[in-house]
Amino acid sequence: MKKFSLLSTRAGALFLAPATALVGVFVIIPFFWVIFVSFTNRTLLGRTALDPDFVGLQNYFALFNPATFFARGQFGFSLILTIQFVLLSALIGQALLGLILSWLSQTVSPSIKSFLQTTVIAAWILPEVVIGFAWFAFLDYDNGTLNMIMRGLGLPPGDWLLQQPFWVIVFFNTWRGAAFSMMLFNSAFQSIPPSYFQAADVAGATSWQKLRDIALPLIRGHVVTDLILITMWTFNVFTPFLLTNGGPSYRTELLSIYTYRIAFKDFEFGKGAAVGVVIMLINLAFALVYLRLAHKKPVEAE
Amino acid sequence: MPFSSRIYIRRMGFSVVAALLGTLFALPLVWFFFAPFNARAELGLAIPAPFTFANFTTVFQNTFAMQALFNSLVQAFGGVVLVGAAATFAAYALSRSSIPGKSAVTYVLLLFSSVVSGSAAMVPIFLIVSAAGLIDTHLAVILVFAGGLLPTAMFILRDFIDAIPRSYEESAMVAGASPLQAFFDVALPVIRPGIVVVVVWAFVNIWGSFLIPFILLRSDSLMPASVAIYSFYSEAGTPIVTLLAAYSLIYSLPVIALYLFVNWKFGFRFFGGIKS
Repeated sequence: MKKFSLLSTRAGALFLAPATALVGVFVIIPFFWVIFVSFTNRTLLGRTALDPDFVGLQNYFALFNPATFFARGQFGFSLILTIQFVLLSALIGQALLGLILSWLSQTVSPSIKSFLQTTVIAAWILPEVVIGFAWFAFLDYDNGTLNMIMRGLGLPPGDWLLQQPFWVIVFFNTWRGAAFSMMLFNSAFQSIPPSYFQAADVAGATSWQKLRDIALPLIRGHVVTDLILITMWTFNVFTPFLLTNGGPSYRTELLSIYTYRIAFKDFEFGKGAAVGVVIMLINLAFALVYLRLAHKKPVEAE
Repeated sequence: MPFSSRIYIRRMGFSVVAALLGTLFALPLVWFFFAPFNARAELGLAIPAPFTFANFTTVFQNTFAMQALFNSLVQAFGGVVLVGAAATFAAYALSRSSIPGKSAVTYVLLLFSSVVSGSAAMVPIFLIVSAAGLIDTHLAVILVFAGGLLPTAMFILRDFIDAIPRSYEESAMVAGASPLQAFFDVALPVIRPGIVVVVVWAFVNIWGSFLIPFILLRSDSLMPASVAIYSFYSEAGTPIVTLLAAYSLIYSLPVIALYLFVNWKFGFRFFGGIKS
């Protein structure tokens, strides 16, 4: 039977118009505008706010100036901090923990499973400011729950936000985001025919052997998807700002927080835009890899 | 039998580890479920004695706090209506019309929406909104969220519509319905569950988010709850814990309710891949 289109091209264009306008103005134009602004010395106030000068690559030279690159509160410091943050909290923290949580969920009794899933998902769905505040209370030196436990176990309490701010945001982000990986792996594991595991059980395989030799090879695609998505999200995350404000003394100033400070505290829009361009380039690399992989699997029908 | 008892012990071990991990995940939130009901709540964990709703009364009497919740509602509602409507029309066109290059449209939109994140685009978004004279308005927040959430919303809905047989609308049109009637009377009711998912997802995203309103708004009277919450500090700069805790719980309720609703209606996997 010949397939006729249900909507004429003209009606289709009309249907697409509102979405195209919104996405165009607030997603696509910003993409090009940020590149343009990064070549100017635009500021929030003063003469250069209205009539910015074209300064070429000056903002980029300032960012990549080797003399200050690695200094605290500078671009290079934030970039390296963000890379460490992604490696530790997303790739090791969220992905590995998510895998463990999901694998455990497959074997334990339904009541323990739903308890585990509920607490992990609660960390993920509550609004970020609420989570930030709850952690602030959790880590409080005098009364916080964590130090209460430490004292109860006879361990020395710590002023975590001052002493170990970087590890705090690593654990914070791992805790916050593990649910996504867990749920992704949950659905991946459920797609494996149970008979595979039953056969392994008959052969006396341990849980670890089943994970390593049966499950992991079968869900390789899901693992790659998970790693790329959580890397992109963690790379752009702003939530740690709500816990540490980027401090103390820039020790938790991730790239997103650095951009915010340069643009909206120091009012250097040109330089802030240049940071935005670098972030977008890194995002672009990950997104291209992801879309390539995602596109390969299901061959499009039409 | 030693063999089965070993399996039994292993199973027990797994359960203990799972319960322990579940507890560890709950720890940072335990305080948050006690403090709102404690009239003398501090940052420390304490069982409320007596258990009271006094903190909530204080919040309800605080006009600024209530205004902020209302502002959150306005912004989330406005954003959701725009995202829901625009995404439905666009996804339908992408699925059913013969517009050339429509699969490229989806691809490009997804690419842009993942590259242009809030942290990368805060400068140009601020500049565009200010050039349009919309700084410090609800509309600015609504439009920026709509633009940002639309690509993913369209993608989800297009998948959803693609899965619906075209014969539904075709038979309506054979019976004499116009394409618009086929869309509104036949397709729309079938797509509705997909729209619900998108709308809930968009609502939770806008309701919970901090950065965009933080950058685009200035007046206290327009601040949504996510930003307003930072003004519950005493003159000395210490947080007013009782107020903050009760307010946080009220502010979280819609999100918890929607989660339970989606979980009950569709199962949470639907939600899994689409949170950004």
